[in-house]
Amino acid sequence: MRRVTRRFFNDRLAIVSVVLIVFFFSVAIGAGICQLLDLPMPMRPNATNLERKLLPPNATNWLGTDNLGRDVLSRMIAGSTISLTVGFVAMAVSLGIGIIVGAVSGYLGGWVDNVLMRLVDALMCFPSFFLILSAIAILGPNIWIIITVIGLVSWTGTARLVRAEFLTLRESEYVRAARAMGQSRRKIIFRHIMPNAFAPIFVTAVISIPDAILVESGLSFLSFGVPPPQATWGNIIADGKTYILDAWWLIVFPGLAIFIASLAFYLVGDALRRAAETRPK
Amino acid sequence: MNLLELHNLSIRFRTENGVVDAVKNVSLSMKEGDSLAIVGESGSGKSVTALSLTRLLPTPPAEFAGGKILFEGKDVLKMSSEEIRAMRGGGIAYIFQEPATSLNPVFTIRSQIAEGIRLHRPDVKAVDEEIVKWLGAVGIVDPAKRMLDYPHQLSGGMQQRAMIAMALSCRPRLLVADEPTTALDVTIQAQILAELRRLRTEFGMSLILITHNFGIIRGLCDRVAVMFRGEIVEYGETASILKDPQHPYTKALIACVPRLGDKRDRLQTIDYGWLAKAR
Repeated sequence: MRRVTRRFFNDRLAIVSVVLIVFFFSVAIGAGICQLLDLPMPMRPNATNLERKLLPPNATNWLGTDNLGRDVLSRMIAGSTISLTVGFVAMAVSLGIGIIVGAVSGYLGGWVDNVLMRLVDALMCFPSFFLILSAIAILGPNIWIIITVIGLVSWTGTARLVRAEFLTLRESEYVRAARAMGQSRRKIIFRHIMPNAFAPIFVTAVISIPDAILVESGLSFLSFGVPPPQATWGNIIADGKTYILDAWWLIVFPGLAIFIASLAFYLVGDALRRAAETRPK
Repeated sequence: MNLLELHNLSIRFRTENGVVDAVKNVSLSMKEGDSLAIVGESGSGKSVTALSLTRLLPTPPAEFAGGKILFEGKDVLKMSSEEIRAMRGGGIAYIFQEPATSLNPVFTIRSQIAEGIRLHRPDVKAVDEEIVKWLGAVGIVDPAKRMLDYPHQLSGGMQQRAMIAMALSCRPRLLVADEPTTALDVTIQAQILAELRRLRTEFGMSLILITHNFGIIRGLCDRVAVMFRGEIVEYGETASILKDPQHPYTKALIACVPRLGDKRDRLQTIDYGWLAKAR
Protein backbone atom coordinates (compact mmCIF):
# COMPACT_ATOMS: atom_id res chain seq x y z
CA MET A 1 0.00 0.00 0.00
CA ARG A 2 2.77 2.40 0.92
CA ARG A 3 4.57 1.51 -2.28
CA VAL A 4 1.47 2.21 -4.34
CA THR A 5 1.01 5.58 -2.64
CA ARG A 6 4.64 6.50 -3.25
CA ARG A 7 4.50 5.52 -6.89
CA PHE A 8 1.25 7.43 -7.30
CA PHE A 9 2.74 10.61 -5.90
CA ASN A 10 5.80 10.32 -8.14
CA ASP A 11 3.44 10.83 -11.08
CA ARG A 12 3.32 14.56 -11.86
CA LEU A 13 0.17 14.41 -13.98
CA ALA A 14 -1.57 12.57 -11.17
CA ILE A 15 -0.67 15.24 -8.64
CA VAL A 16 -1.93 18.02 -10.91
CA SER A 17 -5.15 16.05 -11.39
CA VAL A 18 -5.58 15.48 -7.68
CA VAL A 19 -5.08 19.20 -7.05
CA LEU A 20 -7.70 19.98 -9.70
CA ILE A 21 -10.17 17.49 -8.21
CA VAL A 22 -9.63 18.89 -4.73
CA PHE A 23 -10.19 22.38 -6.17
CA PHE A 24 -13.44 21.37 -7.91
CA PHE A 25 -14.57 19.68 -4.74
CA SER A 26 -13.94 22.68 -2.51
CA VAL A 27 -15.80 24.86 -4.97
CA ALA A 28 -18.70 22.42 -5.15
CA ILE A 29 -18.96 22.05 -1.38
CA GLY A 30 -18.61 25.82 -0.88
CA ALA A 31 -21.31 26.44 -3.51
CA GLY A 32 -23.57 23.88 -1.85
CA ILE A 33 -23.24 25.68 1.48
CA CYS A 34 -23.77 29.11 -0.15
CA GLN A 35 -26.88 27.80 -1.87
CA LEU A 36 -28.28 26.49 1.41
CA LEU A 37 -27.63 29.80 3.17
CA ASP A 38 -28.70 31.82 0.09
CA LEU A 39 -25.37 33.64 -0.15
CA PRO A 40 -23.96 35.10 -3.41
CA MET A 41 -21.13 33.14 -5.11
CA PRO A 42 -19.76 35.66 -6.09
CA MET A 43 -23.18 36.80 -7.38
CA ARG A 44 -26.53 35.09 -7.11
CA PRO A 45 -26.56 32.44 -9.87
CA ASN A 46 -30.23 32.95 -10.73
CA ALA A 47 -30.45 36.75 -10.38
CA THR A 48 -31.36 38.25 -13.75
CA ASN A 49 -30.30 41.72 -14.87
CA LEU A 50 -31.52 42.51 -18.37
CA GLU A 51 -29.50 45.71 -18.56
CA ARG A 52 -26.31 43.65 -18.42
CA LYS A 53 -27.19 40.77 -20.74
CA LEU A 54 -24.74 38.95 -23.03
CA LEU A 55 -21.71 40.89 -21.81
CA PRO A 56 -18.30 39.42 -22.66
CA PRO A 57 -15.89 38.68 -19.77
CA ASN A 58 -15.24 41.93 -17.86
CA ALA A 59 -14.17 43.23 -14.47
CA THR A 60 -17.49 42.55 -12.67
CA ASN A 61 -18.57 39.43 -14.58
CA TRP A 62 -15.26 37.59 -15.02
CA LEU A 63 -16.69 35.04 -17.41
CA GLY A 64 -19.38 37.26 -18.93
CA THR A 65 -23.18 37.15 -18.63
CA ASP A 66 -25.88 35.18 -20.42
CA ASN A 67 -29.01 36.24 -22.30
CA LEU A 68 -30.85 37.05 -19.04
CA GLY A 69 -27.89 38.93 -17.59
CA ARG A 70 -26.98 36.16 -15.16
CA ASP A 71 -23.31 35.86 -14.16
CA VAL A 72 -21.77 32.84 -15.93
CA LEU A 73 -19.07 32.26 -13.29
CA SER A 74 -21.65 32.17 -10.48
CA ARG A 75 -23.80 29.78 -12.48
CA MET A 76 -20.85 27.51 -13.17
CA ILE A 77 -19.94 27.46 -9.50
CA ALA A 78 -23.52 26.61 -8.60
CA GLY A 79 -23.53 23.93 -11.31
CA SER A 80 -20.39 22.24 -10.00
CA THR A 81 -22.31 20.97 -6.97
CA ILE A 82 -24.78 19.19 -9.23
CA SER A 83 -22.16 17.72 -11.55
CA LEU A 84 -19.98 16.33 -8.77
CA THR A 85 -22.95 15.02 -6.78
CA VAL A 86 -24.19 13.23 -9.88
CA GLY A 87 -20.73 11.83 -10.52
CA PHE A 88 -20.25 10.52 -6.99
CA VAL A 89 -23.68 9.24 -6.11
CA ALA A 90 -24.16 7.56 -9.50
CA MET A 91 -20.74 5.93 -9.04
CA ALA A 92 -21.76 4.70 -5.58
CA VAL A 93 -25.02 3.22 -6.90
CA SER A 94 -23.36 1.49 -9.84
CA LEU A 95 -20.47 0.29 -7.68
CA GLY A 96 -22.82 -1.17 -5.10
CA ILE A 97 -24.84 -3.13 -7.64
CA GLY A 98 -21.80 -4.08 -9.69
CA ILE A 99 -19.88 -5.44 -6.71
CA ILE A 100 -22.75 -7.55 -5.42
CA VAL A 101 -23.72 -8.97 -8.81
CA GLY A 102 -20.08 -9.56 -9.79
CA ALA A 103 -19.15 -11.16 -6.47
CA VAL A 104 -22.12 -13.52 -6.39
CA SER A 105 -21.68 -14.40 -10.05
CA GLY A 106 -17.94 -15.00 -9.79
CA TYR A 107 -17.95 -16.88 -6.50
CA LEU A 108 -20.95 -19.13 -7.03
CA GLY A 109 -20.43 -19.78 -10.75
CA GLY A 110 -22.63 -22.36 -12.46
CA TRP A 111 -26.15 -21.43 -13.48
CA VAL A 112 -26.26 -18.35 -11.18
CA ASP A 113 -23.27 -16.95 -13.03
CA ASN A 114 -24.84 -17.80 -16.36
CA VAL A 115 -28.14 -16.05 -15.59
CA LEU A 116 -26.49 -12.92 -14.15
CA MET A 117 -23.97 -12.59 -16.96
CA ARG A 118 -26.65 -12.97 -19.66
CA LEU A 119 -28.55 -10.19 -17.86
CA VAL A 120 -25.41 -8.05 -18.03
CA ASP A 121 -25.02 -8.85 -21.74
CA ALA A 122 -28.63 -7.89 -22.38
CA LEU A 123 -28.21 -4.58 -20.54
CA MET A 124 -25.00 -3.85 -22.42
CA CYS A 125 -26.75 -4.37 -25.77
CA PHE A 126 -29.18 -1.61 -24.88
CA PRO A 127 -28.07 1.89 -25.84
CA SER A 128 -27.99 3.14 -22.28
CA PHE A 129 -28.41 6.81 -23.13
CA PHE A 130 -31.83 6.15 -24.65
CA LEU A 131 -32.75 3.99 -21.69
CA ILE A 132 -31.94 6.95 -19.44
CA LEU A 133 -33.89 9.34 -21.71
CA SER A 134 -37.02 7.20 -21.67
CA ALA A 135 -36.80 6.61 -17.91
CA ILE A 136 -36.62 10.37 -17.36
CA ALA A 137 -39.46 11.00 -19.81
CA ILE A 138 -41.64 8.68 -17.72
CA LEU A 139 -40.44 9.55 -14.20
CA GLY A 140 -39.75 13.27 -14.66
CA PRO A 141 -36.47 15.21 -14.60
CA ASN A 142 -35.62 15.24 -10.90
CA ILE A 143 -31.93 15.24 -9.98
CA TRP A 144 -32.18 12.16 -7.73
CA ILE A 145 -34.09 10.22 -10.38
CA ILE A 146 -31.39 11.12 -12.90
CA ILE A 147 -28.65 10.00 -10.54
CA THR A 148 -30.38 6.71 -9.75
CA VAL A 149 -31.09 5.96 -13.39
CA ILE A 150 -27.49 6.67 -14.41
CA GLY A 151 -26.33 4.40 -11.61
CA LEU A 152 -28.79 1.68 -12.57
CA VAL A 153 -27.62 1.45 -16.17
CA SER A 154 -23.89 1.79 -15.63
CA TRP A 155 -23.05 -1.07 -13.25
CA THR A 156 -22.47 -3.70 -15.93
CA GLY A 157 -18.79 -2.93 -16.47
CA THR A 158 -18.05 -3.05 -12.75
CA ALA A 159 -19.96 -6.33 -12.39
CA ARG A 160 -17.89 -7.95 -15.14
CA LEU A 161 -14.65 -6.74 -13.65
CA VAL A 162 -15.52 -7.89 -10.13
CA ARG A 163 -16.65 -11.25 -11.49
CA ALA A 164 -13.34 -11.73 -13.29
CA GLU A 165 -11.41 -10.92 -10.12
CA PHE A 166 -13.52 -13.34 -8.10
CA LEU A 167 -13.12 -16.12 -10.65
CA THR A 168 -9.36 -15.99 -10.16
CA LEU A 169 -9.34 -15.36 -6.42
CA ARG A 170 -11.86 -18.05 -5.48
CA GLU A 171 -9.40 -20.69 -6.74
CA SER A 172 -6.63 -19.28 -4.58
CA GLU A 173 -5.10 -21.36 -1.82
CA TYR A 174 -6.15 -19.01 0.95
CA VAL A 175 -9.78 -19.23 -0.07
CA ARG A 176 -9.49 -23.00 0.00
CA ALA A 177 -7.84 -22.73 3.41
CA ALA A 178 -10.65 -20.47 4.63
CA ARG A 179 -13.23 -23.00 3.41
CA ALA A 180 -11.33 -25.78 5.13
CA MET A 181 -11.54 -23.73 8.33
CA GLY A 182 -15.32 -23.77 8.10
CA GLN A 183 -15.81 -20.10 7.17
CA SER A 184 -19.20 -19.14 5.79
CA ARG A 185 -19.69 -18.17 2.16
CA ARG A 186 -20.55 -14.59 3.02
CA LYS A 187 -17.45 -14.19 5.12
CA ILE A 188 -15.24 -15.70 2.43
CA ILE A 189 -16.69 -13.38 -0.21
CA PHE A 190 -16.58 -10.15 1.75
CA ARG A 191 -13.69 -10.69 4.12
CA HIS A 192 -11.27 -12.91 2.26
CA ILE A 193 -11.77 -12.12 -1.42
CA MET A 194 -13.05 -8.53 -1.52
CA PRO A 195 -10.00 -6.87 0.07
CA ASN A 196 -7.76 -8.63 -2.44
CA ALA A 197 -9.85 -7.32 -5.33
CA PHE A 198 -9.86 -3.79 -3.91
CA ALA A 199 -7.29 -2.16 -6.23
CA PRO A 200 -9.01 -2.79 -9.59
CA ILE A 201 -12.44 -2.03 -8.10
CA PHE A 202 -11.18 1.30 -6.77
CA VAL A 203 -9.74 2.22 -10.16
CA THR A 204 -13.01 1.53 -12.02
CA ALA A 205 -14.89 3.51 -9.40
CA VAL A 206 -12.73 6.58 -10.01
CA ILE A 207 -13.04 6.22 -13.78
CA SER A 208 -16.83 5.86 -13.64
CA ILE A 209 -17.23 9.29 -11.97
CA PRO A 210 -16.50 11.35 -15.13
CA ASP A 211 -18.71 8.99 -17.14
CA ALA A 212 -21.66 9.96 -14.97
CA ILE A 213 -20.72 13.65 -15.12
CA LEU A 214 -20.61 13.47 -18.92
CA VAL A 215 -23.97 11.68 -19.12
CA GLU A 216 -25.58 14.29 -16.87
CA SER A 217 -24.10 17.12 -18.97
CA GLY A 218 -25.38 15.46 -22.11
CA LEU A 219 -28.86 15.10 -20.62
CA SER A 220 -28.91 18.73 -19.51
CA PHE A 221 -27.74 19.82 -22.94
CA LEU A 222 -30.70 18.00 -24.48
CA SER A 223 -32.84 19.71 -21.80
CA PHE A 224 -33.75 16.35 -20.28
CA GLY A 225 -31.57 17.06 -17.29
CA VAL A 226 -32.01 19.01 -14.10
CA PRO A 227 -34.82 21.52 -14.75
CA PRO A 228 -34.08 25.29 -14.89
CA PRO A 229 -33.48 27.71 -13.30
CA GLN A 230 -31.07 25.45 -11.41
CA ALA A 231 -27.74 25.77 -13.23
CA THR A 232 -25.66 22.78 -14.28
CA TRP A 233 -22.65 22.76 -16.57
CA GLY A 234 -24.72 21.02 -19.21
CA ASN A 235 -27.68 23.37 -19.21
CA ILE A 236 -25.55 26.53 -19.23
CA ILE A 237 -24.19 25.25 -22.55
CA ALA A 238 -27.71 24.33 -23.65
CA ASP A 239 -28.98 27.85 -22.92
CA GLY A 240 -25.96 29.36 -24.62
CA LYS A 241 -26.11 27.38 -27.85
CA THR A 242 -28.60 29.86 -29.39
CA TYR A 243 -26.07 32.67 -29.03
CA ILE A 244 -23.05 30.64 -30.06
CA LEU A 245 -21.95 33.14 -32.75
CA ASP A 246 -22.35 36.25 -30.54
CA ALA A 247 -21.41 34.99 -27.09
CA TRP A 248 -18.67 32.31 -27.24
CA TRP A 249 -18.11 32.55 -23.46
CA LEU A 250 -21.47 30.92 -22.74
CA ILE A 251 -20.25 27.67 -24.31
CA VAL A 252 -16.51 27.67 -23.89
CA PHE A 253 -16.20 28.11 -20.11
CA PRO A 254 -18.70 25.49 -18.92
CA GLY A 255 -17.41 23.22 -21.69
CA LEU A 256 -13.88 23.64 -20.35
CA ALA A 257 -15.09 22.90 -16.83
CA ILE A 258 -16.65 19.59 -17.96
CA PHE A 259 -13.56 18.75 -19.99
CA ILE A 260 -11.05 19.51 -17.23
CA ALA A 261 -13.01 17.80 -14.47
CA SER A 262 -13.52 14.64 -16.54
CA LEU A 263 -9.91 14.59 -17.67
CA ALA A 264 -8.68 15.00 -14.09
CA PHE A 265 -10.71 12.00 -12.90
CA TYR A 266 -9.57 9.87 -15.83
CA LEU A 267 -5.95 10.77 -15.24
CA VAL A 268 -6.19 9.95 -11.54
CA GLY A 269 -7.85 6.64 -12.35
CA ASP A 270 -5.17 5.83 -14.86
CA ALA A 271 -2.35 6.81 -12.50
CA LEU A 272 -3.89 4.63 -9.77
CA ARG A 273 -4.05 1.71 -12.15
CA ARG A 274 -0.41 2.12 -13.09
CA ALA A 275 0.65 2.55 -9.47
CA ALA A 276 -1.22 -0.56 -8.36
CA GLU A 277 -0.24 -2.66 -11.36
CA THR A 278 2.64 -4.73 -10.00
CA ARG A 279 1.43 -5.41 -6.54
CA PRO A 280 3.64 -7.46 -4.23
CA LYS A 281 2.56 -11.07 -4.18
CA MET B 1 -15.88 -45.88 18.48
CA ASN B 2 -13.42 -45.14 15.73
CA LEU B 3 -12.53 -41.53 15.06
CA LEU B 4 -12.75 -41.93 11.32
CA GLU B 5 -14.01 -44.71 9.09
CA LEU B 6 -14.15 -44.88 5.33
CA HIS B 7 -16.26 -47.69 3.89
CA ASN B 8 -15.77 -48.48 0.22
CA LEU B 9 -15.54 -44.80 -0.65
CA SER B 10 -15.66 -44.06 -4.37
CA ILE B 11 -15.40 -40.63 -5.93
CA ARG B 12 -15.88 -39.80 -9.59
CA PHE B 13 -15.18 -36.68 -11.60
CA ARG B 14 -17.38 -35.88 -14.57
CA THR B 15 -15.18 -34.06 -17.04
CA GLU B 16 -15.60 -33.06 -20.66
CA ASN B 17 -13.44 -36.02 -21.64
CA GLY B 18 -15.55 -38.56 -19.79
CA VAL B 19 -15.83 -39.90 -16.28
CA VAL B 20 -12.70 -40.31 -14.17
CA ASP B 21 -12.72 -42.63 -11.18
CA ALA B 22 -10.44 -40.76 -8.79
CA VAL B 23 -11.03 -42.91 -5.72
CA LYS B 24 -12.17 -46.53 -5.91
CA ASN B 25 -13.48 -48.56 -2.97
CA VAL B 26 -11.21 -47.06 -0.35
CA SER B 27 -11.72 -48.34 3.19
CA LEU B 28 -9.76 -47.04 6.16
CA SER B 29 -10.25 -46.65 9.86
CA MET B 30 -8.50 -44.57 12.51
CA LYS B 31 -8.72 -44.41 16.27
CA GLU B 32 -8.23 -41.33 18.42
CA GLY B 33 -4.48 -40.64 18.58
CA ASP B 34 -3.60 -42.72 15.53
CA SER B 35 -1.41 -41.39 12.80
CA LEU B 36 -1.75 -42.53 9.25
CA ALA B 37 0.24 -41.75 6.14
CA ILE B 38 -1.35 -41.87 2.71
CA VAL B 39 1.42 -42.30 0.17
CA GLY B 40 1.16 -42.28 -3.58
CA GLU B 41 2.22 -40.49 -6.75
CA SER B 42 0.49 -37.45 -8.28
CA GLY B 43 -3.03 -38.32 -9.36
CA SER B 44 -3.27 -41.41 -7.18
CA GLY B 45 -6.28 -39.99 -5.35
CA LYS B 46 -4.68 -39.25 -2.01
CA SER B 47 -5.57 -35.55 -1.89
CA VAL B 48 -9.07 -36.23 -3.21
CA THR B 49 -9.58 -38.70 -0.38
CA ALA B 50 -8.37 -36.14 2.15
CA LEU B 51 -10.55 -33.32 0.81
CA SER B 52 -13.61 -35.58 0.68
CA LEU B 53 -13.46 -36.03 4.47
CA THR B 54 -15.10 -32.63 4.93
CA ARG B 55 -16.74 -32.49 1.49
CA LEU B 56 -14.35 -29.81 0.28
CA LEU B 57 -14.39 -31.12 -3.29
CA PRO B 58 -16.35 -28.96 -5.70
CA THR B 59 -19.50 -30.85 -6.72
CA PRO B 60 -19.87 -30.90 -9.70
CA PRO B 61 -17.51 -31.99 -11.24
CA ALA B 62 -16.80 -34.32 -8.31
CA GLU B 63 -19.46 -36.74 -7.10
CA PHE B 64 -19.64 -39.39 -4.43
CA ALA B 65 -20.25 -42.60 -6.32
CA GLY B 66 -20.65 -44.86 -3.34
CA GLY B 67 -19.51 -45.73 0.14
CA LYS B 68 -19.60 -43.95 3.45
CA ILE B 69 -17.50 -41.56 5.53
CA LEU B 70 -18.06 -41.75 9.27
CA PHE B 71 -16.44 -39.14 11.49
CA GLU B 72 -17.00 -39.78 15.21
CA GLY B 73 -19.82 -42.09 14.14
CA LYS B 74 -21.63 -39.46 12.08
CA ASP B 75 -22.21 -39.86 8.37
CA VAL B 76 -20.40 -36.96 6.71
CA LEU B 77 -22.24 -37.35 3.42
CA LYS B 78 -25.58 -36.83 5.16
CA MET B 79 -24.60 -33.78 7.21
CA SER B 80 -26.29 -30.39 6.72
CA SER B 81 -24.14 -27.51 5.56
CA GLU B 82 -24.05 -26.06 9.12
CA GLU B 83 -22.81 -29.34 10.55
CA ILE B 84 -20.19 -29.59 7.83
CA ARG B 85 -18.96 -26.05 8.52
CA ALA B 86 -18.66 -26.77 12.22
CA MET B 87 -16.69 -29.92 11.41
CA ARG B 88 -14.30 -28.12 9.06
CA GLY B 89 -11.58 -26.67 11.23
CA GLY B 90 -13.22 -27.79 14.47
CA GLY B 91 -13.38 -31.54 13.76
CA ILE B 92 -10.88 -31.95 10.96
CA ALA B 93 -8.34 -29.21 10.24
CA TYR B 94 -6.07 -29.04 7.21
CA ILE B 95 -2.58 -27.88 6.47
CA PHE B 96 -1.90 -27.41 2.77
CA GLN B 97 1.15 -27.63 0.60
CA GLU B 98 1.86 -23.96 -0.12
CA PRO B 99 2.05 -21.94 3.08
CA ALA B 100 2.89 -18.77 1.15
CA THR B 101 -0.40 -18.77 -0.76
CA SER B 102 -2.56 -20.40 1.91
CA LEU B 103 -2.38 -17.30 4.07
CA ASN B 104 -4.42 -14.30 2.97
CA PRO B 105 -1.86 -11.62 1.98
CA VAL B 106 -3.91 -8.66 3.24
CA PHE B 107 -4.35 -9.72 6.88
CA THR B 108 -1.94 -10.19 9.75
CA ILE B 109 -1.22 -13.66 11.10
CA ARG B 110 -3.02 -12.69 14.28
CA SER B 111 -6.29 -11.78 12.61
CA GLN B 112 -6.28 -14.99 10.57
CA ILE B 113 -5.70 -17.23 13.58
CA ALA B 114 -8.21 -15.24 15.63
CA GLU B 115 -10.86 -15.90 13.01
CA GLY B 116 -10.62 -19.65 13.48
CA ILE B 117 -10.62 -19.41 17.27
CA ARG B 118 -13.70 -17.17 17.29
CA LEU B 119 -15.47 -19.52 14.93
CA HIS B 120 -14.77 -22.81 16.64
CA ARG B 121 -14.11 -21.87 20.26
CA PRO B 122 -16.43 -18.93 20.97
CA ASP B 123 -15.95 -19.42 24.74
CA VAL B 124 -12.28 -18.37 24.57
CA LYS B 125 -12.08 -14.81 25.92
CA ALA B 126 -8.36 -14.08 25.79
CA VAL B 127 -7.92 -14.65 22.05
CA ASP B 128 -4.54 -12.91 21.80
CA GLU B 129 -3.09 -15.02 24.61
CA GLU B 130 -4.36 -18.13 22.89
CA ILE B 131 -2.69 -17.08 19.63
CA VAL B 132 0.61 -16.41 21.39
CA LYS B 133 0.37 -19.79 23.08
CA TRP B 134 -0.10 -21.71 19.84
CA LEU B 135 2.47 -19.75 17.86
CA GLY B 136 4.90 -20.52 20.67
CA ALA B 137 3.86 -24.18 20.64
CA VAL B 138 4.81 -24.55 16.98
CA GLY B 139 8.24 -23.05 17.59
CA ILE B 140 7.87 -19.43 16.52
CA VAL B 141 10.25 -17.20 18.45
CA ASP B 142 8.78 -14.05 20.00
CA PRO B 143 5.19 -14.93 19.06
CA ALA B 144 3.64 -11.77 20.55
CA LYS B 145 5.59 -9.69 18.05
CA ARG B 146 5.46 -12.08 15.11
CA MET B 147 1.68 -12.36 15.20
CA LEU B 148 1.42 -8.73 14.08
CA ASP B 149 3.31 -9.56 10.88
CA TYR B 150 1.76 -9.97 7.46
CA PRO B 151 2.38 -13.31 5.72
CA HIS B 152 4.98 -11.90 3.32
CA GLN B 153 7.11 -10.78 6.26
CA LEU B 154 7.61 -14.39 7.36
CA SER B 155 9.89 -17.04 5.86
CA GLY B 156 8.41 -20.14 4.26
CA GLY B 157 9.08 -22.27 7.32
CA MET B 158 7.51 -19.71 9.63
CA GLN B 159 4.49 -19.42 7.36
CA GLN B 160 3.97 -23.16 7.54
CA ARG B 161 4.36 -23.03 11.33
CA ALA B 162 1.73 -20.28 11.41
CA MET B 163 -0.57 -22.48 9.32
CA ILE B 164 -0.07 -25.34 11.75
CA ALA B 165 -0.76 -23.01 14.67
CA MET B 166 -3.91 -21.80 12.94
CA ALA B 167 -5.11 -25.37 12.43
CA LEU B 168 -4.26 -26.46 15.98
CA SER B 169 -5.73 -23.41 17.70
CA CYS B 170 -9.20 -24.65 16.70
CA ARG B 171 -8.49 -27.82 18.71
CA PRO B 172 -9.42 -30.23 15.90
CA ARG B 173 -9.91 -33.95 16.60
CA LEU B 174 -7.92 -34.79 13.48
CA LEU B 175 -5.22 -32.91 11.60
CA VAL B 176 -4.84 -33.58 7.87
CA ALA B 177 -1.50 -32.44 6.51
CA ASP B 178 -1.59 -32.48 2.70
CA GLU B 179 2.05 -32.51 1.56
CA PRO B 180 2.97 -29.99 4.25
CA THR B 181 6.67 -29.90 3.42
CA THR B 182 6.73 -30.16 -0.37
CA ALA B 183 7.14 -26.40 -0.89
CA LEU B 184 9.88 -26.06 1.71
CA ASP B 185 13.59 -26.71 1.41
CA VAL B 186 15.09 -29.77 3.01
CA THR B 187 16.35 -28.32 6.29
CA ILE B 188 13.05 -26.55 6.97
CA GLN B 189 11.26 -29.73 5.93
CA ALA B 190 13.10 -31.64 8.65
CA GLN B 191 12.24 -28.96 11.23
CA ILE B 192 8.54 -28.98 10.36
CA LEU B 193 8.41 -32.78 10.50
CA ALA B 194 10.14 -32.75 13.87
CA GLU B 195 7.63 -30.17 15.03
CA LEU B 196 4.70 -32.33 13.92
CA ARG B 197 6.24 -35.33 15.68
CA ARG B 198 6.66 -33.33 18.91
CA LEU B 199 3.12 -31.89 18.76
CA ARG B 200 1.76 -35.39 18.24
CA THR B 201 3.35 -36.73 21.39
CA GLU B 202 2.54 -33.56 23.33
CA PHE B 203 -1.14 -33.35 22.47
CA GLY B 204 -1.89 -36.94 21.45
CA MET B 205 -3.18 -35.53 18.19
CA SER B 206 -4.59 -37.74 15.45
CA LEU B 207 -2.87 -37.14 12.15
CA ILE B 208 -3.24 -38.00 8.49
CA LEU B 209 -0.12 -37.15 6.54
CA ILE B 210 -0.35 -37.09 2.77
CA THR B 211 2.87 -37.37 0.84
CA HIS B 212 4.58 -38.96 -2.13
CA ASN B 213 7.79 -39.34 -0.17
CA PHE B 214 8.29 -42.52 1.82
CA GLY B 215 11.36 -40.93 3.37
CA ILE B 216 9.47 -38.56 5.66
CA ILE B 217 6.93 -40.83 7.33
CA ARG B 218 9.24 -42.95 9.42
CA GLY B 219 8.83 -42.07 13.07
CA LEU B 220 5.82 -39.86 12.39
CA CYS B 221 3.12 -42.25 11.24
CA ASP B 222 2.26 -45.63 12.72
CA ARG B 223 0.43 -46.87 9.66
CA VAL B 224 0.68 -46.38 5.93
CA ALA B 225 -1.85 -46.69 3.14
CA VAL B 226 -0.25 -46.80 -0.30
CA MET B 227 -2.53 -45.49 -3.03
CA PHE B 228 -2.20 -46.11 -6.73
CA ARG B 229 -4.74 -45.10 -9.39
CA GLY B 230 -7.42 -44.43 -6.81
CA GLU B 231 -7.05 -47.69 -4.92
CA ILE B 232 -5.28 -48.67 -1.74
CA VAL B 233 -2.79 -51.25 -2.89
CA GLU B 234 -1.09 -51.85 0.44
CA TYR B 235 -2.01 -51.00 4.01
CA GLY B 236 -0.24 -51.79 7.24
CA GLU B 237 2.29 -50.87 9.94
CA THR B 238 4.90 -48.37 8.73
CA ALA B 239 7.87 -50.32 10.03
CA SER B 240 6.88 -53.61 8.46
CA ILE B 241 5.99 -52.05 5.11
CA LEU B 242 9.29 -50.21 4.97
CA LYS B 243 11.14 -53.41 5.83
CA ASP B 244 9.21 -55.80 3.67
CA PRO B 245 6.96 -54.18 1.06
CA GLN B 246 4.64 -56.66 -0.66
CA HIS B 247 3.17 -54.78 -3.58
CA PRO B 248 5.50 -53.99 -6.51
CA TYR B 249 4.31 -50.37 -6.54
CA THR B 250 5.24 -49.93 -2.89
CA LYS B 251 8.65 -51.45 -3.59
CA ALA B 252 9.13 -49.04 -6.50
CA LEU B 253 8.10 -46.03 -4.38
CA ILE B 254 10.50 -46.96 -1.59
CA ALA B 255 13.29 -47.51 -4.07
CA CYS B 256 12.76 -43.96 -5.39
CA VAL B 257 13.82 -42.28 -2.17
CA PRO B 258 17.48 -41.30 -2.47
CA ARG B 259 19.62 -42.07 0.56
CA LEU B 260 22.79 -40.51 1.88
CA GLY B 261 25.75 -42.54 0.66
CA ASP B 262 23.89 -43.90 -2.34
CA LYS B 263 26.25 -45.40 -4.89
CA ARG B 264 23.76 -45.08 -7.78
CA ASP B 265 24.59 -42.63 -10.60
CA ARG B 266 20.98 -41.97 -11.55
CA LEU B 267 17.90 -41.48 -9.43
CA GLN B 268 15.48 -44.37 -9.50
CA THR B 269 12.18 -43.83 -11.32
CA ILE B 270 9.07 -45.94 -10.98
CA ASP B 271 9.08 -48.92 -13.32
CA TYR B 272 5.54 -49.84 -14.28
CA GLY B 273 6.58 -53.18 -15.79
CA TRP B 274 4.72 -55.08 -13.06
CA LEU B 275 1.49 -53.44 -14.18
CA ALA B 276 1.67 -55.09 -17.61
CA LYS B 277 2.48 -58.43 -15.98
CA ALA B 278 -0.45 -58.09 -13.59
CA ARG B 279 -2.95 -57.75 -16.44
